[in-house]
Amino acid sequence: MHAEKESVLTGIHFINGDTACCEGLLAAGAKFAAGYPITPSTEVVERFAQRAPTVGGLFIQMEDELAASITLQGMVWAGQKSFTVTSGPGYSLMMEHIGYAAMTETPCVFVDVQRGGPSTGLPTLPAQGDMMQARFGSHGDYSTISLVPNSPQECFDLSVTAMNLAEKFRVPVMFMMDECVGHMTEKVVIPPAEEIEVQPRRRTSKPPDEYLAYEVGEDLVPEMAHAGEGYGLYITGLTHDKKGYPLMNPKQQRELIPRLFEKISRAADELTIVEADGVEGADVVVVSYGITSRVAMRAVHLAREKGLKVGSLRLICVWPFPEKLIRQLAPKVKALIMPELNMGQVVIELERCSGGKTNVVSLPHPGGTVHDPLVILEAIERGAQ
Amino acid sequence: MSTLIEPTALTNPVERVLRNDRIPTIWCPGCGIGTTVNSFAYALMASGADLKKTAIVSGIGCSGRVSGYVQLDSFHTTHGRAIPFATGLKLANPELTVVVYSGDGDLTSIGGNHLIHAARRNMDLLVVCVNNMIYAMTGGQAAATTPGAATSTTTPYGSFEPELNIPQLVDAAGACYVARWTAFHVKQLEKSMTEALKKKGFRFIEVLSPCPTLYGRRNGYADGLAQMKEYKELAKVKNGAPTYEVAITTGKPIIVGKFVDRDRPDYLTLMRSQLGAHYHEIAEAGVGCGDDSEGKEGCCSC
Amino acid sequence: MARGSVAVTTERCKGCGFCVEFCPTHVLALSSAFNRKGYHPPHMIEPDKCSGCNLCGMYCPDFAIFGFKTAETKPAAIPAATEAPAPSEAMEAKEV
Ligand SMILES: Cc1ncc(C[n+]2csc(CCOP(=O)(O)OP(=O)(O)O)c2C)c(N)n1
Ligand code: SF4
Ligand code: SF4
Ligand code: SF4
Ligand SMILES: [Mg+2]
Repeated sequence: MHAEKESVLTGIHFINGDTACCEGLLAAGAKFAAGYPITPSTEVVERFAQRAPTVGGLFIQMEDELAASITLQGMVWAGQKSFTVTSGPGYSLMMEHIGYAAMTETPCVFVDVQRGGPSTGLPTLPAQGDMMQARFGSHGDYSTISLVPNSPQECFDLSVTAMNLAEKFRVPVMFMMDECVGHMTEKVVIPPAEEIEVQPRRRTSKPPDEYLAYEVGEDLVPEMAHAGEGYGLYITGLTHDKKGYPLMNPKQQRELIPRLFEKISRAADELTIVEADGVEGADVVVVSYGITSRVAMRAVHLAREKGLKVGSLRLICVWPFPEKLIRQLAPKVKALIMPELNMGQVVIELERCSGGKTNVVSLPHPGGTVHDPLVILEAIERGAQ
Repeated sequence: MSTLIEPTALTNPVERVLRNDRIPTIWCPGCGIGTTVNSFAYALMASGADLKKTAIVSGIGCSGRVSGYVQLDSFHTTHGRAIPFATGLKLANPELTVVVYSGDGDLTSIGGNHLIHAARRNMDLLVVCVNNMIYAMTGGQAAATTPGAATSTTTPYGSFEPELNIPQLVDAAGACYVARWTAFHVKQLEKSMTEALKKKGFRFIEVLSPCPTLYGRRNGYADGLAQMKEYKELAKVKNGAPTYEVAITTGKPIIVGKFVDRDRPDYLTLMRSQLGAHYHEIAEAGVGCGDDSEGKEGCCSC
Repeated sequence: MARGSVAVTTERCKGCGFCVEFCPTHVLALSSAFNRKGYHPPHMIEPDKCSGCNLCGMYCPDFAIFGFKTAETKPAAIPAATEAPAPSEAMEAKEV
């Protein structure tokens, strides 16, 4: 299925990442959203508030992020595609409902335009400090998907992918932008609607008397029915059986929770979304994501000018982590270098997957600005020795 | 020894709107929540609401379990957040009748902010608040509604804060229908719920309900029945009473009745009327993108 | 002659006594017999006084009893018989 014509602003634009993200979500079919303003994400909802009525949808500004993060799920169960947008402090408030979406298998997108933290931190300056929160932030154990764009163009393209993956796997997808990418203005090409692939809601074709809300087939993803369609849904955040009825015992927990992981881990290959540049035959590979990848690329070019064999591996999908790829890569290189705008988060996973087969170098940064490329260059040089 | 009356060939009319495979409920003997469900069930049937297009949303708590016993689209959400979830349902599908059914702690403490703002927005929802004056599900801790003279597990010496007058709060915030009954007032409650189901806008019904296990036992009531008898004794019907006069004070009459019934446009009605005037401006302005490059390389000014 | 009667699903009853207390004509009393859970369900001690008003049904928090009017209740008009549904197999731990 492709995007609806009236939702897509086909053309060549000069817009920032926040705006592009909004256009991407619209193109992906989201007409309804709930939010609460917070820098540096406000442009997304401001844009959406203006755009939504023109496509027959609406934006509601709720009283806080706790509300926004569950209002959007009401919208989804009423049959719409929906999302919310926030930054650090609001993202923390949304955690309970990310868990609710994971547990109830509510397809939706949470956009986090990351800023410096903890607490109120650096409201207008970049960081990547919410990456572990994106993976583990809500209590209990669940699995989800996190995508990280590094340009306004990708804010468009990848937010379409984010919504598509949310619908395909029935999970909340984390769209992990940062202040730089959100506020950076660049050329964004929005293709014609017919060229944009959109994953429709996976609706049941069964009549109500045969339908079980959490019955799954091959790919472990249940099919959905909506409120008002006569299915008599029972949706709960409690551990539940196939009907959706609460069933709170260890046996049911074992039936449900591992499936929430497996529906994603089974698709590991599809969810290995990276951009590799000169990784084959490299001595050193810089592994990065988001805005940091653009700085890393500068360091990689400088190193190449010095004759070093260095590659760049940009993680576009950070969670699930591209484990297989790293396991294959680690023994082939002298060092894997990971700059991040945090004190070392995703590098923990890089180190785990490297299994001691290479030297993993963390280049932490507390945020507020980006790395000095020369710091990355220096690490490359040391790693290549 | 007397004999038991055996089940007959008849079915209880409320079963038409209950999930009978979920009964018996988790509720304790003498808990009033189930009694309020009877009034709700009859109100649903009397209101003529299309049950296939009616959703019920609860938060967490003993009262929050109501959604799971009613044969509608049932959503058991998170603690305090039933109203925003219900808001999303209603906005994305205005055809739905959406009812929120939850506890006093859920709706007025942790979810208090949502209650205020849903009333202010005049979101088209019916909210039923089962007020057992306690956090029951977690074991009888103090709620914002626990009377000062009562004790709870977290206020063993009594509470040092005055209890919340819920009708006054939602009235002040702009609710268009506000009533209070008790589990004793089954008929009045049914009538009130029926009336409220038929009305548009933010409607709020508080129902005092016995919690013998965690409130009653601790505070001198032998059982749920003792609390029900006290409601009967202390309740005074005062329709139209100013909501600032209906605070619940230990030993004083419990004022019940319909306090507020006003009309003002609900959120979606206002949105439609305001957007109607602007819709063409928005559409003609090229949706905020002044791109005149018509797809050619170049910058737009959006 | 009684104008009404009641039906009790004894296994649902939790013995709270609401129906007994609030029957306007004092038709009911809790019986001395036990149901499987150990509660005493109600029985009619003054069946002739039952008006079938269904107040007992309105009060019963466990949907275990209801009243109906015998005069109007022709078997054909009565909804199909149902077994008292089996309790859900859910192990109902309370969430806190
Ligand atoms: C975020 C969160 N905080 C606390 C709890 C624990 N909790 C569950 S129910 C409840 C209180 C419920 O009180 P009320 O809404 O009055 O319902 P009742 O059980 O009295 O019917 C609390 C505090 C929770 N589930 N979630
Ligand atoms: S604890 Fe109280 S409110 Fe909860 S089911 Fe028991 S009596 Fe009812
Ligand atoms: S139907 Fe009415 S009169 Fe008969 S037992 Fe019930 S409450 Fe009493
Ligand atoms: S009201 Fe219901 S639960 Fe209580 S005693 Fe009567 S039949 Fe039993
Ligand atoms: Mg309570």
